[in-house]
Amino acid sequence: MNNDKSFSILNVSDQPVVTRRGVLKAGSALSLAIAAGPLLTACAAKGPVAGTLAPGPFLRVGSDNVVTVIARNAEIGQGVFTGLATLIAEELDADWNQVVVEAAPADPTKYANPGFGPMQGTGGSNSMASSWEQMRQAGAVARAMLVAAAADQWGVPAAEITVSAGVVSHAGKSKSAKFGELAGRAAQLAVPKDVALKKPEQFVLIGKDAARVDAKAKATGTATYTQDVKLPDMKVAVIIAPPKFGATVKSFDATAAKAIAGVSDVVQFKHSVREGVAVIAKDYWTAKKARESVKVVWDESKAYTKGTDQMFAEYKALAAKPGVEAKKVGDVTKAGAVRFVEATYEFPYLPHAAMEPLNCVAHITDAGCELWTGAQLQTMDQTLAAALLGIKPEQVKINSLFAGGSFGRRSNPKSDFVQEAVAIAKAGGQGKPVKLVWSREDDMHGGFYRPAFFHALKAGLDAKGNLVSWEHRLVGQSILDGTPLMPPGAPIDPLSIEGAANLPYDVPNLTVDVHSPKSEVTVQWWRSVGSTHTAYATENFLDEVARATGKDPLELRRSLLAKQPRHLAVLNLAAEKAGWGQKLPAGMSRGIAVHECFGSVVAEVAEVRQVAAGKYKVERVVCGVDCGLVINPNVVKMQVESSIGLGLGAVAQGGITLKDGKVEQSNFHDQPVLRLNQMPAVDVHFVAGGAKPTGIGEPGLPPIGPAVAGAILALSGKSLHALPFTRSGVTLV
Amino acid sequence: MTTLDVNGKQLETDASPDTPLLWVLRDSLNLTGTKFGCGIAQCGACTVHVDGMATRSCVLPLSAVEGKKITTIENVNADAAGKAVQDAWIAENVAQCGYCQSGQIMSATALLAKNKAPTDADIDAAMSGNICRCATYVRIRAAIKRAAAALA
Repeated sequence: MNNDKSFSILNVSDQPVVTRRGVLKAGSALSLAIAAGPLLTACAAKGPVAGTLAPGPFLRVGSDNVVTVIARNAEIGQGVFTGLATLIAEELDADWNQVVVEAAPADPTKYANPGFGPMQGTGGSNSMASSWEQMRQAGAVARAMLVAAAADQWGVPAAEITVSAGVVSHAGKSKSAKFGELAGRAAQLAVPKDVALKKPEQFVLIGKDAARVDAKAKATGTATYTQDVKLPDMKVAVIIAPPKFGATVKSFDATAAKAIAGVSDVVQFKHSVREGVAVIAKDYWTAKKARESVKVVWDESKAYTKGTDQMFAEYKALAAKPGVEAKKVGDVTKAGAVRFVEATYEFPYLPHAAMEPLNCVAHITDAGCELWTGAQLQTMDQTLAAALLGIKPEQVKINSLFAGGSFGRRSNPKSDFVQEAVAIAKAGGQGKPVKLVWSREDDMHGGFYRPAFFHALKAGLDAKGNLVSWEHRLVGQSILDGTPLMPPGAPIDPLSIEGAANLPYDVPNLTVDVHSPKSEVTVQWWRSVGSTHTAYATENFLDEVARATGKDPLELRRSLLAKQPRHLAVLNLAAEKAGWGQKLPAGMSRGIAVHECFGSVVAEVAEVRQVAAGKYKVERVVCGVDCGLVINPNVVKMQVESSIGLGLGAVAQGGITLKDGKVEQSNFHDQPVLRLNQMPAVDVHFVAGGAKPTGIGEPGLPPIGPAVAGAILALSGKSLHALPFTRSGVTLV
Repeated sequence: MTTLDVNGKQLETDASPDTPLLWVLRDSLNLTGTKFGCGIAQCGACTVHVDGMATRSCVLPLSAVEGKKITTIENVNADAAGKAVQDAWIAENVAQCGYCQSGQIMSATALLAKNKAPTDADIDAAMSGNICRCATYVRIRAAIKRAAAALA
């Protein structure tokens, strides 16, 4: 299959379809099609064909015995295709080897995220929690119909029929049939409602490690991303983006660029986020070279022109004044404190910097607009693409592809890069498909960063050293402001204060307030959102309190968490598994942190070794995880490992700074991210007994920064309050 | 027209001589398993083998690879080390988003072709040029050791 022809077929693929190796080996016409590339499968799968059981939008059982799961959530690396398939296969009693997964089309009437109201999208670590009932019900309904078809065919009571590993059987009559043999008959039956689901003790797949359905495609280079899409007559567009946030195009001269062979047009584009100039050419390299000869004159009269130092100085000044109240308990002025611990924290803008630079293919046709992209917030993408073109959202067809990472960036509530592709196709596509490809530099300069934040904390201690007051003020841009997702009438963006206003510790007097300055620099959620900074500030500050009072960081936490059993459980689990309190070799120390977000609670113990002055190595991270019911332990562990790696890199190094309004970083040479040599070993332990799954894509991230900072504080007495660590002369090796 | 030796085949391209091999592979020869990540040899997503050496194709002009043997992810399994590495990658469930993994596998295969029993330090040295934002590093390390054991 690895010949040139099959790869050209791959390149006009439609939707990712992934499969397990077992199906690849099966040898049927369809499985050969899967092996050759997604397109053929997608074509074969267009709409229910005769003999196919499709009792709802989430699965099909074909006469070929293939169970196709239609995933409403985007596969951005988190393993959701595997998770959704597990829920359906469990209740269907399918053989895991007969299951394939394809991405759902954009259609909120069928594929809305129950956690997002009427919107289709993926985020908030809610995919499995929001699918828990829905997908199992879908599988159970299909199973009931297959059983009913068998009962009808064999003339036996349905109650006497059993199903196991894709085979429907009646022991008394020695009858058995594969799903494919029953699918056609089952498809003729009425779809039942509210079929009983299994009890946990009946689970066959849930709770077990299963190989990811996309493991093979992603190890062989055959998984199709937006970057790989190639359509007949498709052009490639690169952009000349505004040099500063808020700059607009005054004029441009593309005479030289247009004369270059292979360049089809140079156009100005504009959408609701920004404007710029695009070079459209036959391929990426031609377009990229040509853009160097385009001269753009920018109007910077309304652009952001400040520097990061000035911004933080302004944030610090704001922090001297009360903000909008987010939480108040007791009265911090009457707490009886006899001394105080104070600290301020600075968190930089963070780029998502997913490995696949942002991109989107747009094809404007008489019928509307067709997009190919790693779509994560389909309903906004449809709505905003339609608004730009003056058509209806349902006229925007989205082919959702594998995303080469996201960390939040591809679920942009303003659909910036999707709008950009559409705007360029509108301006210069001439009815042909246009693939917008951002360079790494475009991606790094493209905004929608994790907002920079300044935190000021003050803890009051009584004569015995007890924590009696807690004052926490935050200053940073709102993420939801100006988007349709801001709760109507809300005085505060809940994403600014999550993780701070719900401080788990039992402090009798507490205030949390926030300033939300505005800026032209665009911001967005970044894996674990507010908790990326609130967990660090609160947990590291608690370590400062422990140090000031001579208490053990674990014991202080335990003493303040008596009313938080989930926090206590993960804290104790991580501490026990890490051997907290046991002697470590010279030059090593431990730090601990615990945080709740997205319905889950995670505690992490970091073991850190000082290797030289200012140089530290994080050797191991031991995690206690309560994410409710664990559907696939292996995939959950992968998410915790991933969260630790991304979070560790973010606190250690890098971050976006601006000077005179220009972003100072451009690529991985000056935006260092975590590399293999810096990655610690990760041990993950689960708190057993959850009845339902809660989030896991993000909750492993917030504790890692403060856990490592706590270990460094214990080792060296060095407080790490201005992130990244490199600002304080600390390097992780 | 330039003729390239890619995956044991002689393939023709009309790309200009300054075009990086990455874009020749992807846009001209439709070998899209090799990925674009940074364009400046900083992330390793574009790693291919040129005469057996792990090489960043995003900064290597077409003019520099004429007459050289180029291997990409699409054919790395023709070699025992490449096959072992891919099998280990699947067994360890390394990939998350997967976008960097072609490059990771090409770097790992080049390492094992030269060093049958790499230490952690050897793995650090050979693999730290390949960025994975999903931070699959723990499993990359495990998969390399699994592949080394399979090849032993």
